[in-house]
Amino acid sequence: MSAGKPALLGQTPSQTVGPYFAYGLTPQQYGYAFSSIAGSTMAEASTPGIHIRIEGRVFDGRGDAVNDAMIELWQADSNGHYARDHGANSLFRGFGRCGTGTHAESKFWFDTVKPGVTGQRQAPHINVTVMMRGLLLHSFSRIYFDDESSANVTDEVLSCVPEDRRHTLLARRVADGVYRFDIHMQGDQETVFFDL
Amino acid sequence: MTGSPLNPRDWSSQPAYIDSAYRSTALRGPTRSLIPAKPALSALAGPVFGHDLLGELDSNLTLNGRKDNDPLGERIIVTGRVLDENGRPLPGTLVEIWQANSAGRYIHKVDQHAAPLDPNFFGGGRCITDGEGRYRFLTIKPGAYPWGNHVNAWRPNHIHFSLFGHHFATRLVTQMYFPGDPLLLLDPIFLGVPEKSRNRMVATFSIDETQEGYALGFVFDIVLRGANETLWETHR
Repeated sequence: MSAGKPALLGQTPSQTVGPYFAYGLTPQQYGYAFSSIAGSTMAEASTPGIHIRIEGRVFDGRGDAVNDAMIELWQADSNGHYARDHGANSLFRGFGRCGTGTHAESKFWFDTVKPGVTGQRQAPHINVTVMMRGLLLHSFSRIYFDDESSANVTDEVLSCVPEDRRHTLLARRVADGVYRFDIHMQGDQETVFFDL
Repeated sequence: MTGSPLNPRDWSSQPAYIDSAYRSTALRGPTRSLIPAKPALSALAGPVFGHDLLGELDSNLTLNGRKDNDPLGERIIVTGRVLDENGRPLPGTLVEIWQANSAGRYIHKVDQHAAPLDPNFFGGGRCITDGEGRYRFLTIKPGAYPWGNHVNAWRPNHIHFSLFGHHFATRLVTQMYFPGDPLLLLDPIFLGVPEKSRNRMVATFSIDETQEGYALGFVFDIVLRGANETLWETHR
């Protein structure tokens, strides 16, 4: 530390979101009588852009789907602007939240628009935060799109990722407008998580 | 979305992903090294939540689940400031909380602990910090409850906190504990945090915040990652 620079305050440590977050963080999705500040529907019909659904599951180290995880997405609009940017589409907030506890197969899903390019050396992507019981500190990841291969090779974040693990960040197009993005916490297919 | 890159996460203050004392981490914590992202990426601003999203009683948990009577238990005031590491307050940031009732029972459908639900208590709340980074909740002191991690395992009294800060990378989910709780030193989730930083999760009792004849006051300040001012100078 340089002389005269005041000491920093200590960062508050993280703790697990635990098994009982649903009524506080995703109440409407789970049927509690409390409004949600965000949900799975990120784009309305009137939101400009290519409308897509992103769905997937979270798998633990045994390959079992986790039914008490919460996923948050944070993304730019179809023009590559985040909600606070000048020029952003004010109809699109870009933030979504979904728990895996209400779908029979423990899926999460988001109805959104495909993000535009946010800057040089950035392929279209969505920022992801993963939380669950048993995860003491949330994990940051990124969703890229498997139909953006020419943009993906120029992306400065993907290029930091060992080549043999990049596929874990690709959402696969499984139907028209539907992308599959599974998150593997451990194992051979362990999703890439970032120290951001 | 330009701003100042953040100081790195202080890993020496954080729990490990895999902790043998907290069983559920074994299959859920990532095992591979995190991939370092470029410092500039930490400058990405995060989502903003406005007051329009909040209901009138969202920060008053003694009223927001009230049906026909007051909730049972000890009324408490929980307040504090959200700061960055440089000591600057973070105004306008969303703080969400959820907790058990005074008997140690969550309203969550999965919680089957044989303690009574309180028909007048919901247990979820939220507010947005004011111009000085301050938040304030009125609630009921949560009870301790058993969990299946090990024989005779009990969670200390705690309130779950979820915060955003001004950056995507300042996201924080943590738990606020109460001073002097004998269960703290038996709790693998609390003990998973390195000793030097555990007390940052423990509120302090405050007679100044205590409201005479009504409710005890507890202060819990929360520190999120702050702008790296050295880096910012060189990037300007």
